[in-house]
Parts: sequence; structure tokens; C-alpha cells
Amino acid sequence: MSLIQSLAIMLGREPTKPRPEEFTPEAQALHESKRASKLTPEERAEINRQTHEAHKVHTWRNRRWLTLLVVNLLFVVSYHFDVQLVEGALTASRVIGFHFADLNSALQVTLAFKTILINLVIGTSTVLFMWWLLGGRSFCSWVCPYHLLAELAEMLHLKLAAKKLVKDHQLHRRTRVVLYVIFAISALASGYTVFETISPTGIVSRAMIYGPSLALTIVVFLLVLEVFYSRRLWCRYMCPIGITYAVVGAVSPLRVAYTPEDCHHEGECRKVCLVPHVLDVTKKGFATRMHQGIGADCTRCGLCVDVCPTGSLKFEVKGLDKLL
Amino acid sequence: MSQTPKRPPPPAHVQQEARRKFLRSILLGGVAVGGALAGWLPMARAHDLRLRPPGAIAEDEFLAACIKCGQCVQVCPVEAIILADIGDGFGMGAPHIAARDQACDFSCDAVQCILACPTGALTHELSKKEEVRMGVARLDKPDTCLARQGLGFKGAARGAGYLGLHRYEAVDRWKPILVADHPYDLELCDLCVRECPIEGAIALVPLSTDPTDKRRTPEIRQNCVGCGMCEMICPTEPASIVIESRAEWRRS
Repeated sequence: MSLIQSLAIMLGREPTKPRPEEFTPEAQALHESKRASKLTPEERAEINRQTHEAHKVHTWRNRRWLTLLVVNLLFVVSYHFDVQLVEGALTASRVIGFHFADLNSALQVTLAFKTILINLVIGTSTVLFMWWLLGGRSFCSWVCPYHLLAELAEMLHLKLAAKKLVKDHQLHRRTRVVLYVIFAISALASGYTVFETISPTGIVSRAMIYGPSLALTIVVFLLVLEVFYSRRLWCRYMCPIGITYAVVGAVSPLRVAYTPEDCHHEGECRKVCLVPHVLDVTKKGFATRMHQGIGADCTRCGLCVDVCPTGSLKFEVKGLDKLL
Repeated sequence: MSQTPKRPPPPAHVQQEARRKFLRSILLGGVAVGGALAGWLPMARAHDLRLRPPGAIAEDEFLAACIKCGQCVQVCPVEAIILADIGDGFGMGAPHIAARDQACDFSCDAVQCILACPTGALTHELSKKEEVRMGVARLDKPDTCLARQGLGFKGAARGAGYLGLHRYEAVDRWKPILVADHPYDLELCDLCVRECPIEGAIALVPLSTDPTDKRRTPEIRQNCVGCGMCEMICPTEPASIVIESRAEWRRS
């Protein structure tokens, strides 16, 4: 998949089945052999068993939750015990004295203030480089405190949905792009950091560090919507921070890569994924190559890596194997 | 160009779901934008300006430049700086000082909040407390001022339960202590002058030419930076002297 395609899908285009000429001969041969082979009932049962077992694996999720909690607690501990490791909040901070600035917050300030601020240039460059190395939207799933709350809300949503008590109401994925543009224009036109007023990332981060605020009602409102109305509403369809980091992630060396060879194409990965459009490649007969990275929008959360019973989805650092 | 076979239109329920999805997106997207823009309401309403930390640039520019990270909050030794909540609209997360609860007394000496600010919303052009202009003190209720009545003051300035901190050079040069732990016994109340951290910002002047007349009135001078220490320490309830945020000094 080309970079342009990956970005277009991140920005809301629906993924389509690749055209015949896009497949490599190896991939073509693999798909043909898979189509030709018929599963025996025993093999079928074995696949079902493996799939069932894989849902009990939470290796990456647990690592990620631990990281997320440690990062956010570092902010809290640094302030309350005056350790000065990570001062500030997720919008902007000093990490052992070095300026860090959230890309989206810095953008809002720059558009509203209409001035290039040297500390923000330093802070965003550092953060840009760091998240380029670490996978872009990995910010979302490994650091953003709202993401963790939303994951818990999602678990509840799925439980209720299984009992047919709630139904997932999807939105158009382009909503997020439209909101991104509207928030950028509002900051520019009004001279206020308009998006920060509802940003659950900023609100939760500040509430953790400086104490609870009434603004948390916005977060609660979003979570209620996500439990009862639309699964992962904010992160999937609305948050502009996700777009900003997805652009960085599009060219990041750290990624989840897909190898179709052993894949059963059961689609369990797409069921657990926040952004299932990046996993379209795992559908039977969709992979154009024997090994490829999944799209820009991937948050590197590792849920698909955990749930995959065949090891077809794995974290990798692009080019590292060649380097070693 | 090869001819693409004409596909039949999608069935009615698919079309209906697509329509609903579109409407949902417009509606909920609208709620998000509307919610964020509602932050404008407190801006438009006429209201008292917040007392911003030292070095704050002009209010509109300040709210634009502030990245709402609270680094200024973290460095303040008396924890004078607090972040605004949702009621401040677009100003949510931006810092201010509630001087009556806890004023800035420049205990840090080097305007630490300014140094901490990553965006220059607190301008880096200042380096000394004397250069700060947060507002200006005003004798709001002359009738209740103890000095103007020729009265003294005995006890804790704000009562025993008051949690405000102040650095008393005579007690500990480096560590602010509770105002409640530092009782006074004054023949004539001069707390606003006594605890003012800026030289020549406020003085007590006689109310009459009669030398036996004990009455004095606080006079605010051009050096006043508007830190709010006088408002905080004033023992009358409500405070006789207050800070007018962002106001400039005028000859009275």
C-alpha cells in the first residue's frame, strides 16, 4: 500500500480490494493455494479453538496500560513530590528540563496567537521526532489518558452489545477531518485555543495533575455516549489529535506488520481494532505482498497482535532486520 | 478504458443506514463544535478580568498564547496560581491568582512562573518583580479600613483557620509559612504596607494635619505591581483594599 493510499484511508476513504495488477506473484500464488485448499472439520475445530484461546492473551495490552499509567503518574509525582522529571501537563511539559509540546496543542496556540514561538518549535520538533520513532498514533494508545478511559467504556459497551442492550451507531470517518479543519479555522479566526476547551486529553491530564475539575463532565458525557450509543466515538470519529499523530505515524519505522502466510482470515483482529480500516489487508485475498506494514491510522495498541493466533500480525521496526 | 459493469443501486435499508450515518455525523460533529465554541460565551459576557500571574501579556493575547499546561502552577512556592475551570470558557486551563485566598508575594524572588512558561504568555521580557504589572491596588472600602479609623490590630491577620502562606523574611528567608501562624500586635494597623513585597508601592499617610490625629490612609503609589499581597493580608472582612486586575496606576 502506498503512502498516499494509507493517508487517504486515514482521512476517511473506504479501503477497497486491490486491483489484480497490484498483487506480487508470491501473494497471488498464496491466495490461489488458500482458495484451492478445503478445511477438514478437524482443522476447522482447531482454528476455532486457537481463535478462542487467543482472546485470553493480553501481553501487549498490559504492557501498554502499564506504560500509560507510568507516564501519566510521572507527571503527577513530579509535581506533588517536586521530583522535576516531567513538569507540566500533556499539552506542554519539560522533561528533565527539555521542552516538549503536544503537536495539536502547539498548533492551536500558533494559529490563535499567530506567532512562531521558539520554545514551541523546539518542543514540537522533539515530540515530532520522538513520535516518528515510536509510531505516531502510539501517542493515543500508549500515553493519552482518555484512551484508557475509552477502552474501559468500550469493554462495557461490548458487554452490553453482546446482550443486545445497546447498538453501535457508526459515524462517517470523515467527521474527524471536518472537525480538524473547523477547529484549526476557529483558532485562527477567534484567537482562542478553541479545541482545548473540550479536549478530553488535556482535561483528564490536567485533572490528574492539578485536581479534579468541572470540565470532567465533558469527559463523562463522551464516555456515556461511547458506552450507550457509539463505540469509541471520540477516538474513532472526532479527535483531531489522532489525525496529527497519524500523519507522523504514516512514515514511522515502528509499525504493526502483516504476513498473510499463516493467517486464517477469521477477522478477530478487525473486531478488536479501534481503526479496523487499517486491517482491511487481513481479509482473505486482500494482501498484495507477503509482508507489509498496516496503515497510518494504526495506534500501535497491539490488541490485534495479542488476538492473532497465528502470529500473522507483529510489531516490527522497519529495516531493523536488514540493519542487524 | 474498459467498461465498468453498472452496479445496481444498493438496497433501501443500506441507503437508509448511509443517510442516518451522515445525519449522525453532522449532528454529533455539530455538538462537538458547538460545545467548544460555547467557550466563547463567558468571553462575551461582561465580567471582571482575572488577576493573571506576573508577566501576563494583554488578556486576548494571553489566552491565545497560553498552552494550558500549568507549569507556572508547579513552580510557585506559595501555590498562588490556579487553573481556571470550565466556567472560564476559552480561558479554561489558563492560570490566574485569587489574591484574597493566596496572593503572589514574590517568595520565589526570580518570577519563577515567567521562567516556567513555555510560550511566553507570561512574557520573558521581565526578570525583576518590580517590572511586573498585574493590576493595581485600590482602597475599595475606605470606611472599614482600620488605619483610617486610627485602630490597631491584634491576632492572626485572617483568623486561625486561614490557609494562606506568606514568606516572612524575619522568620525564614526561604520558606513561606502560614499567615495564621504569625500573629500581629499592632498599635495602628499597617498590614498592607508592612507585608507589601515591593518597595515604595504603598504607604500610610496622615488623614489630617493635626499631629495628635492617629488616623492614616493607605496611599497606593506608582510602584504598585498589583500582586495582591495587601488584599490577602487585609484583616477586615471583606478586604478594604483590593486589586483591580489589569488596571493601570493613576494619580488620585
